[in-house]
Amino acid sequence: MSARLGIVMLCHTALDRAEQVARFWMQAGCPVVMHIDRAVPEREVTALRAALGSQDLLRFGPRYRCPWGSWNIVRASQDAAALLLREFPQVNHVMLSSGACLPLRPVAQMLEMLSARPDTDFIESVAIDHATWIMGGLSEERFTLYFPFNWRSQRWLFDRAVDWQRRLRIRREIPRPLAPHMGSQWWCLTRTTLQAILTHPKRARYERYFRRNWIPDESYFQTLVRLHAREIESRSLTLVKFDRNGRPNLFYDDHLNLLRRSDCLMARKIWPGADGLYDFFLSDQPARLPAVPAEPAKIDRYFELAERQRTEGRAGLYMQSRFPDINETGAARSAGPYVGFAGFDHVFENFDYWLGQVTGLRPHGHLYAPGCVQFHGGAQVWHGALSASAKLRDYNPRMFLTNLLWSTRGEVQAFSFGPEDTLGHEMIDFMTYDPNATLAVIRGAWLLPLWRGEARSEDLLAHAGALQRREQDWLGQMASRWAQARVHVWSLGEMLAAPNPRLEEIVTRLGGTAGLQAHGYPSLRPREGFDDWLVGLRNKGLPPQILKDYQP
Amino acid sequence: MGVREQLRLRGERQAKLLRALRKAASLRRCADRTDRIRPRDILAFVTLRNELPRLPYFLEYYRAQGVAHFLMVDNGSDDGTREWLEKQRDVSLWTTPASYKAAGFGIDWLNHLLWRFGAGHWCLTLDVDEFLVYPFCDTRPLSALTDWLEAQGRRSFSAMLLDMYPKGAISAQPYASGQNPFEIARWFDAGNHVISRNPKYHNLWIQGGVRQRVILRDSPEQAPALNKIPLVLWTRKYAYKSSTHMLLPRGLNKVYDAGGGELASGVLLHAKFLDLVVDKAQEELQRGQHYAGSREYRAYADTLARDQDLWCEWSQEYINWRQLEILGLMSKGDWA
Repeated sequence: MSARLGIVMLCHTALDRAEQVARFWMQAGCPVVMHIDRAVPEREVTALRAALGSQDLLRFGPRYRCPWGSWNIVRASQDAAALLLREFPQVNHVMLSSGACLPLRPVAQMLEMLSARPDTDFIESVAIDHATWIMGGLSEERFTLYFPFNWRSQRWLFDRAVDWQRRLRIRREIPRPLAPHMGSQWWCLTRTTLQAILTHPKRARYERYFRRNWIPDESYFQTLVRLHAREIESRSLTLVKFDRNGRPNLFYDDHLNLLRRSDCLMARKIWPGADGLYDFFLSDQPARLPAVPAEPAKIDRYFELAERQRTEGRAGLYMQSRFPDINETGAARSAGPYVGFAGFDHVFENFDYWLGQVTGLRPHGHLYAPGCVQFHGGAQVWHGALSASAKLRDYNPRMFLTNLLWSTRGEVQAFSFGPEDTLGHEMIDFMTYDPNATLAVIRGAWLLPLWRGEARSEDLLAHAGALQRREQDWLGQMASRWAQARVHVWSLGEMLAAPNPRLEEIVTRLGGTAGLQAHGYPSLRPREGFDDWLVGLRNKGLPPQILKDYQP
Repeated sequence: MGVREQLRLRGERQAKLLRALRKAASLRRCADRTDRIRPRDILAFVTLRNELPRLPYFLEYYRAQGVAHFLMVDNGSDDGTREWLEKQRDVSLWTTPASYKAAGFGIDWLNHLLWRFGAGHWCLTLDVDEFLVYPFCDTRPLSALTDWLEAQGRRSFSAMLLDMYPKGAISAQPYASGQNPFEIARWFDAGNHVISRNPKYHNLWIQGGVRQRVILRDSPEQAPALNKIPLVLWTRKYAYKSSTHMLLPRGLNKVYDAGGGELASGVLLHAKFLDLVVDKAQEELQRGQHYAGSREYRAYADTLARDQDLWCEWSQEYINWRQLEILGLMSKGDWA
């Protein structure tokens, strides 16, 4: 007595695997009809037949050549299914599968489930107005245009043919009373429904119509089943995950635990070399091991994440296989938020230390200082083995920053910069258009170290003039209306007049409100005599706009 | 791209292939087992000199990944390398006394062997101190990767060179033949690589790692290129342009996504910094057969003679490919 489930297998490669699966079904008493693609060399087919030998439960369907998306796939399924129904009268459900499918559950369990629902057809059948998942853009047009060219091998002609038909408003009539439905190619139908489809008086008329559809294997049974079925469960019992090009993802040995969480009966497509999967699922292990709760969402998520990594990638990562052109993609240029302070360390006493205390961050000094990178605490090397050598940093200043931000992702980076540093126009540009950046600038604060004599210079006036031009240049960049960074600019005079509210504004944004209460505000560095020095400098010929920034 | 540039690149490629043919005249066949190569086999192409201690582990590593045949050029070894390789059943060996430097640092010889035997195969072109790590390499053989790449329509696969080093002086932990070199050289620099795009050949130019951080820190521009495209589905029209850093036609160099996404890529773990390199650096310095006047070897000799520690407190200890992927050194792309 054979089982009430029959299997149709469409095979075109890895026939040894198909043989293994066919044996599995037959051992459980399920009859199998194999369709072997006409393109498979005769020698391989003979080998397969010889390997399987004569089997009561095995038949071979008539062979057709079945390129992707062709009508012949439907024809092969029809003929094989008809053969199965004719030869094995006790079969009540027919499962359409491929040679690269693998049963995920013990057959006894499948039979139990199917015999509990003898009148149910399991087929994904979605009305086209609702089928949002379709890859490739065509939905309703699959049913109303002509498709004389192959999408895979004649893509250009295919696209032109679609364009012209749209332009000429060509529309094929959908035969009444069909309502177009689509869904996964892999179904499990009852004898009654299949019989009704295969023996319908208008079968020839419908076939003429579907033959010209695009990818009819996803619409023929899916549409016709709506005419005949008593009860449809609109989901496929075969797990298939497509990538964005409409190709099925392959399953490998390391997917074992993922597959065990599926709520489907079958999975495709299995990589032929996945010994572990074949050994496991074709053995009695699935029956012996305790059942794993089904979590199909986990499987979806696994493949969605992979897809996202391919299309969006990890923000701020520059590496051998992800190298975004920062001028063309609007996405974040860096891995995480960072704050650049210009002039704060000149105005406030121990600014870095205070900032660290208040915010809990590890602020760096001047990352682009001429002699050496001033990492937090004077470190010679930082996360990612980033060196403090100025030569290495200046070799590629932009990647120095993106590397730092990538290696410290999760921790906001804070650092000082100013016109006295080596970072140039390109870096300011990078930060200005980076949504992760916050730039806080005290305009004219670079005068303070000059006055303190911290920066030696032969010609003070020329040096001051150069710094001032650089600062002007930067501020011009930062003022761009397309700037993505948050930019705050205060003049030295403004900051000195009311430092605390301005510090509070920034520190609050860095989550330092509580720290501010605990540690208070930093004191201002002494600047007695600075005013006189400045006046003296003006009298020597310093451009007056510098003095404008500083009105004590 | 102008027609003129296309023609120029094609000329360059054909010249490269002709040159390979000419340079191959010096190759003498030692052991030819190429009749054992079956149609879908994955092949490895290697040129080497005096590398006997490294060979057992090298072959074992790639056999386990599923490389079916090794096609090797021995450039005048005198330490028994040739004799040892001749005995390996999956190795075909050629030998040449000619100049490594004059053969484009060996790439002309390999271009020729690739042309003769590589067409239609996925080919790995390697040095004996390079060990390929690719996504899922702990659970899937190399043929799973090449099958997938082929189904995606990709013909080349990028694997950046990652310099591995021991903690402490290099001479302190001698390497024993057959040993996994990464038991000693377990550390690497994870986040100090710098990249720029080569507008002519469209490849990325990657530098950095420990060699730039320590050995060539005073002349970072001289740090060696780390970008590599070692795995290619070969045809007779292809040629490596310089080492395995770039290929012609240049479409094969487009192993990265410029729009923000990630393509699948791997890493070549570089087991150069074992105690073996100290003698090697001396020897190579005397032969003067390496790139740019062997300046790299001069720097090694200087640095390593002083027994300098390459390790720093932010060095990463190697665990597995997933770690490299999380660190952003490689990517599984959409290979799920």
